[in-house]
Amino acid sequence: MAQKLPHKNVVIVGLGWTGSILAYELASAGLDVVAIERGPWRDTAADFPPSTSPDELRYATRLDLFLRPAQDTLTFRNKMNETALPIRSFIGFLPGNGVGGAGLHWNGQLWRFLPSDFKLRSHLTQRYGASALAADTTIQDWPVSYDDLEPFYQKFDALCGTSGKAGNLKGKIQVGGNPFEGARAAEYPTPPLKQPYAPTLFGKAASSLGYHPFPQPSCNLSEPYTNSLGVKMGQCTFCGFCERFGCGNYSKSSPQACVLPALMRLPNFTARTESEVLRVNLDSTGKKATGVTFVDTSGQEFEQPADMVLLCAFGLFNVRLMLLSGIGTPYDPTTGKGVVGRNYAYQTTSGVSIMMKKGTRLNPFISSGAGGVVIDDFNGDNFDHAGLGFVGGAALSATQSNGRPISTRPVAPGTPAWGAAWKKATVEGYQRGYGLGTQGSSYSYKDCYLDLDPTYKDRFGRPLMRLTFDFHENELKMSAYVTEKLAGIARAMDAEIVTPHPRTGPYTITQYQSTHNTGGTVMGSDPSDSVVNRYCQSWDVPNLFIPGGASVFPQNHGYNPTGTVGALAYWTADAIKQRYLKNPGALL
Amino acid sequence: MPGDLYFSRRGFLLSSAAMLMWTEAGAEVISGALPPWVAGRSSVPTPVLPGPWRFFTAAEATMVGAIVDRLIPADDLSPGGKDAGCVVFIDAQLAGPFGKAGGQYVKAPFLPGLPQQGYQGEDTPAGRYRKGLRALDELVATRFSGKSFVTLDPKDQDALLKGLEAGTIPLQGVDAKRFFALVLQNTMEGFFADPIYGGNKNMVGWKMIGFPGARYDYRDWIDRHNEAYPLPPLSIMGRSAWNVQ
Repeated sequence: MAQKLPHKNVVIVGLGWTGSILAYELASAGLDVVAIERGPWRDTAADFPPSTSPDELRYATRLDLFLRPAQDTLTFRNKMNETALPIRSFIGFLPGNGVGGAGLHWNGQLWRFLPSDFKLRSHLTQRYGASALAADTTIQDWPVSYDDLEPFYQKFDALCGTSGKAGNLKGKIQVGGNPFEGARAAEYPTPPLKQPYAPTLFGKAASSLGYHPFPQPSCNLSEPYTNSLGVKMGQCTFCGFCERFGCGNYSKSSPQACVLPALMRLPNFTARTESEVLRVNLDSTGKKATGVTFVDTSGQEFEQPADMVLLCAFGLFNVRLMLLSGIGTPYDPTTGKGVVGRNYAYQTTSGVSIMMKKGTRLNPFISSGAGGVVIDDFNGDNFDHAGLGFVGGAALSATQSNGRPISTRPVAPGTPAWGAAWKKATVEGYQRGYGLGTQGSSYSYKDCYLDLDPTYKDRFGRPLMRLTFDFHENELKMSAYVTEKLAGIARAMDAEIVTPHPRTGPYTITQYQSTHNTGGTVMGSDPSDSVVNRYCQSWDVPNLFIPGGASVFPQNHGYNPTGTVGALAYWTADAIKQRYLKNPGALL
Repeated sequence: MPGDLYFSRRGFLLSSAAMLMWTEAGAEVISGALPPWVAGRSSVPTPVLPGPWRFFTAAEATMVGAIVDRLIPADDLSPGGKDAGCVVFIDAQLAGPFGKAGGQYVKAPFLPGLPQQGYQGEDTPAGRYRKGLRALDELVATRFSGKSFVTLDPKDQDALLKGLEAGTIPLQGVDAKRFFALVLQNTMEGFFADPIYGGNKNMVGWKMIGFPGARYDYRDWIDRHNEAYPLPPLSIMGRSAWNVQ
């Protein structure tokens, strides 16, 4: 029997980036807010101090900060005619767990999507004709434009203290920044990070080929910063323990470093940890959420009544809660009808391994999660796709994220995996080997989707979510093209050995590629092809919002999603405060 | 489910500044302020020291010692895998949450999958070692008239390991290729993880490649491109030169 808790104005599911931003915005507007988080409380001093944080085995190999599959996992298959099997250990993508969510373990690469990305289908159709798009692609325009979101991207930058160099200030192209980006109203809050050797060589080589290199926008800060909530952050020390780690130095932007110190002082906010929301409760009409039911670690069930429900979990788990709660029509890939679970997309990544000349010292361990040099010349529709046979693109980069030796031991091609020859090659390769990368778009298709698994259950007996996904020809062609461009830059770096690794199918969950899982509750202009409207408000249940988790992306683009996730969180908070609270109901 | 966590959860103390309370087990209700720092609240690893085997039998430990000495043979670049502590490391890992598949999804049905669907077996890593080592032992006894892996000539040991790696030498009841990959992965972990876990003794793995370990601040070297980093490696336990002699 669920114990009924006192009524709140707002119940938030998940206390990561979107949950903490919405909690701060709404609690500081006077609402009584509770956030319910599945994982543990985590904070800098107790959970990742600099003394014990640089521990590769614990955090990067055994994945201490991440969701345990025993708590929740997915089943996976490539094709609809295969049997999905459970992901028993997370390897291919790594959902976070606990307060901070993915905003705690990320690398801190903070990007904005291109203006043309937001009107993807109409832009591509207009430029290349409808025949340029695959018949089974389900890409669609976002219901918001870059210009709509720009002030909110700005707000998220001010929260994070992002380090970078603007390439387009109010329409004026700036030397040293990304000339392809949408216009920014202001420069980054802090200047770019200093660059290690390999990204510096990459930038010179890219310039020599006529490309436009710039420092990657980074939430590992280049200098001390006091953020928009008055919270102070430190300077990144290039420790090389960033992605998969918490930052003990208060220099990687995260809910812990940027929001919680201010949020936790608000008396009308409460966090409940290690408590998993089982479902969103609806009234008898099915049109109104009455709150959520959750279970804590003792197994006790609670009912939390609230005026508004905000789903702020990692994208995948927003989708699952919608399916488990029976909100919206589940997507049916055979008819194309239904919306919940539709338009799952991912990220198309690839790399080029290089060996510089003998004697080169790249010092890979002197690094930060988001430091590095990038070109955007082959991303999105920044280049002419006529005659190429694909659409989309990728950012090409030298991102120096770590030299941690359990995972980072570059060796020359053909080296055995063990024995005396392995050893010799490992010693020779550590300082001169390097991996360049591409991070590319992943467009949506009719047969890439999420639904509930018919066989496998979680620890509460609820069906696991089933992921059906494989790469499509468009993405593989794109990857081949951009990877060859990247290899060209590698050759211009005067690398001795250049080995391209374009993405090939089938998609596998046995090799880490990216944790940028998008879609499933996409935002749109029409209830027939979206789950939430342009204010991230459910079409079916207007007092339920999904404020910016990557599950609202209609497809994924060639950038890390967090920048857009943060912008959409502020955008949604603004709509709730300015409009919804004055007149609760459908905003459209 | 705290029992599944890799590290035990920190203890928890009530503070006056913040209103905090346990509901039950691990769940917390937090409001009013950030939970304050409290001594003993952080979860830190316990150093693994050589001693009685935690998981392996003596015979298994000897066999794994011979294997890791072929995977990482002693030469002028570094000591071998065994002297580097890889067996101590693997033994401790198998006796702990990793060996028990702690936190992994272990519900039935266990169906054979496609390679891209990942490991679908019912056995835990510890169980896979137990079965794999027994099957390898039996294979050697059959092929080499009663000998054991440990007493084989290094050339024969290497040939066997290569066969397992390539999947050309099958093991009875065990996926030989996956078993080899597991042992290789754990051996490399033992050679390159922080010494606090029992391997990488005296930081030999880090010294071999020039990884400075658990240092936390390279701001003085970010601009010094193509120059050798001058300081020796450091474990999260410090390093021996720091100890009182």
